[in-house]
Amino acid sequence: MLSDRDRIFTNLYGFEGADLESARRRGNWDGTKKLLDLGPEAIVDIMKKSGLRGRGGAGFPTGLKWSFMPKQVDPARPHYLVINADESEPGTCKDRDILRNDPHTLVEGALVASFAMRAHVAYIYVRGEFIREREALQRAVDEAYAARLIGKDNVHGWPFDLYVHHGAGAYICGEETALLESLEGKKGQPRLKPPFPANMGLYGCPTTVNNVESIAVAPTILRRGAEWFAGIGRPNNTGTKVFCISGHVNKPCNVEEAMGIPLKELIEKHAGGVRGGWDNLLAVIPGGASVPLIPKSVCDDILMDFDSLKAAQTGLGTAAVIVMDKSTDIVKAIQRLSYFYKHESCGQCTPCREGTGWMWRVMTRLQQGRAAVDEIDLLQEVTKQVEGHTICALGDAAAWPIQGLIRHFRPELERRIREYGALKAAE
Amino acid sequence: MTARRLHEEQPAGFAFSEENMARVNQWIAKFPPGRQRSAVISALWIGQEQEGWVTKPMIEEVAKLLDMPYIRVLEVATFYTMFHLKPVGRHHVQVCTTTPCWLRGSDDVVKACKKHISDKPHSVSADGEFSWEEVECLGACVNAPMVLINSDPYEDLTGEKTEEILEAIRRGETPKPGSQIGRHASEPEGGPTTLTERALYDPTLRHSGPSLSDDEAKNVTPGVEQREAPTQKPPGAAT
Ligand SMILES: Cc1cc2nc3c(=O)[nH]c(=O)nc-3n(C[C@H](O)[C@H](O)[C@H](O)COP(=O)(O)O)c2cc1C
Ligand code: SF4
Ligand code: FES
Repeated sequence: MLSDRDRIFTNLYGFEGADLESARRRGNWDGTKKLLDLGPEAIVDIMKKSGLRGRGGAGFPTGLKWSFMPKQVDPARPHYLVINADESEPGTCKDRDILRNDPHTLVEGALVASFAMRAHVAYIYVRGEFIREREALQRAVDEAYAARLIGKDNVHGWPFDLYVHHGAGAYICGEETALLESLEGKKGQPRLKPPFPANMGLYGCPTTVNNVESIAVAPTILRRGAEWFAGIGRPNNTGTKVFCISGHVNKPCNVEEAMGIPLKELIEKHAGGVRGGWDNLLAVIPGGASVPLIPKSVCDDILMDFDSLKAAQTGLGTAAVIVMDKSTDIVKAIQRLSYFYKHESCGQCTPCREGTGWMWRVMTRLQQGRAAVDEIDLLQEVTKQVEGHTICALGDAAAWPIQGLIRHFRPELERRIREYGALKAAE
Repeated sequence: MTARRLHEEQPAGFAFSEENMARVNQWIAKFPPGRQRSAVISALWIGQEQEGWVTKPMIEEVAKLLDMPYIRVLEVATFYTMFHLKPVGRHHVQVCTTTPCWLRGSDDVVKACKKHISDKPHSVSADGEFSWEEVECLGACVNAPMVLINSDPYEDLTGEKTEEILEAIRRGETPKPGSQIGRHASEPEGGPTTLTERALYDPTLRHSGPSLSDDEAKNVTPGVEQREAPTQKPPGAAT
């Protein structure tokens, strides 16, 4: 188990104050000037060497992403850092804890990351429903301004303005280009890429979008060194990670643990075990709604990191572990996710707009068994037509949970169809 | 989903109160000159706080204020689901029914809302006090099932607990938000399994020493170099 001393979010649960003074006692804002004195290149270098991969779902190496920003700033095109606090992936509620309980890790991270990317302005886009969280974050930002830790003329010598922005209810605004559209005052509809935000982002200027957790861990990585962070976890899957464990466990919770912790250990040590015991486990969605589920047989010894889960045909995603015990109507569980994607599709690509509705309707019939067996193949085929044929990854995200269900629970789907057919025949 | 079109009955006009106008101007000031339309969500939000819902005259006013075509503001008002396009109750209850909440009993929470508010979502209760709707994941899944009542989350609910909360609000009380089973936040019930080392919170106990110097921070081992072989994906690709 990760030692408490190696945890970055020491106020994850809010038992201590979220205010600046308490944050300072926990070591935030300690020698920040020295971190900036390293210079942008060295900071990016340390981030690369730490092996940190983006915590927003895609797992793209953070240092590498930062290095895509132009080295020279064109005065007509200022650089921006945009922090993604739209957290809406079902199962995920880690950024919420950082925003409300440990906001100074994020504010300090915003300064350091902006400096590394030569940005003087950063925006934090908080989902509309996080009203109390936004208030807590704003308090931290105000404190940092008042203490001249940030601002046009601050003690760190890098003029820096940090603004808190918010959405108003739209999952798709978590997709980075939709988020930028929304921040520009438009409907949150994803943009075609390329151009990538590092070239054409907010207001057409070079922009980097990062998840809250990716930014908030940066100061500690810089303070303790790339080696420390890279020494936790496994190669290419380094560092600590906030996991969210929900569903049928005895004690659902968030917890910061080492990357690559075995799923079973994570659930048993921190979440009080599966309801009714490990043998009562049916399946787990290991990385938020968008990744395929894995059945118990895979859960038994899977490690919780990007590469292990990828090898098991699923993903770490946001590290939101949704646990389902044997009492679960697994088809309904996935059907509800299909409804989610249908509801949240922004509607600009036909495969996604039409496909998510179609898949949801078929899933609804499959839940009752009101279908023909070959419709399972048709459904699989349609998920393949949606996947990879849309502007953003929401299309893929809608397809994958269904593919996982068919992969691992096809007999269950067929059983329902048979039983429904028998019932009809008897009538 | 809410009715994503404007209500048939609209008030005659709309004006921001002086205080709210100042707030809108603060939002505009967060963006570079000429980028005032970035404040559109916030302006509509403040308007909704003032009026309870988003009205047509409000949309017109925001369009004028931010120098945007009316249709662009209308698009925003209809795209984002937290904008109420018709009146709601004084206490609007958003019930999360997405899978993690559903696994832990959100059906019972919905039942409680049907019983104590109204059989149908998006309709105001007889006394004008409440309305409710089903929403997608509210980002508090380890405290499921949960609801958001206006600005405050109520977590770790059951059907009965939801009924009690609604009745208490109806009596004019303010039940304590957050977990309803005594959890502080997202820690496991009964106390955290981590962050128990007191030294974390007492600087005198912490292994102190200066922050890393320039050289130290850059001084990484060759082992770390070798580990860096990430498979690249385009930014934005999910998982
Ligand atoms: C439909 C969709 C929703 C997303 N939602 C979020 C989100 O709520 N929060 C987030 O940080 N990233 C979200 N992402 C990922 C972002 O597009 C982006 O990859 C991420 O913010 C990059 O940050 P990182 O490199 O620090 O992980 C979403 C992606 C998609 C396709
Ligand atoms: S895939 Fe879906 S959500 Fe993404 S841009 Fe296309 S329609 Fe919109
Ligand atoms: S599923 Fe209900 S809060 Fe996330």
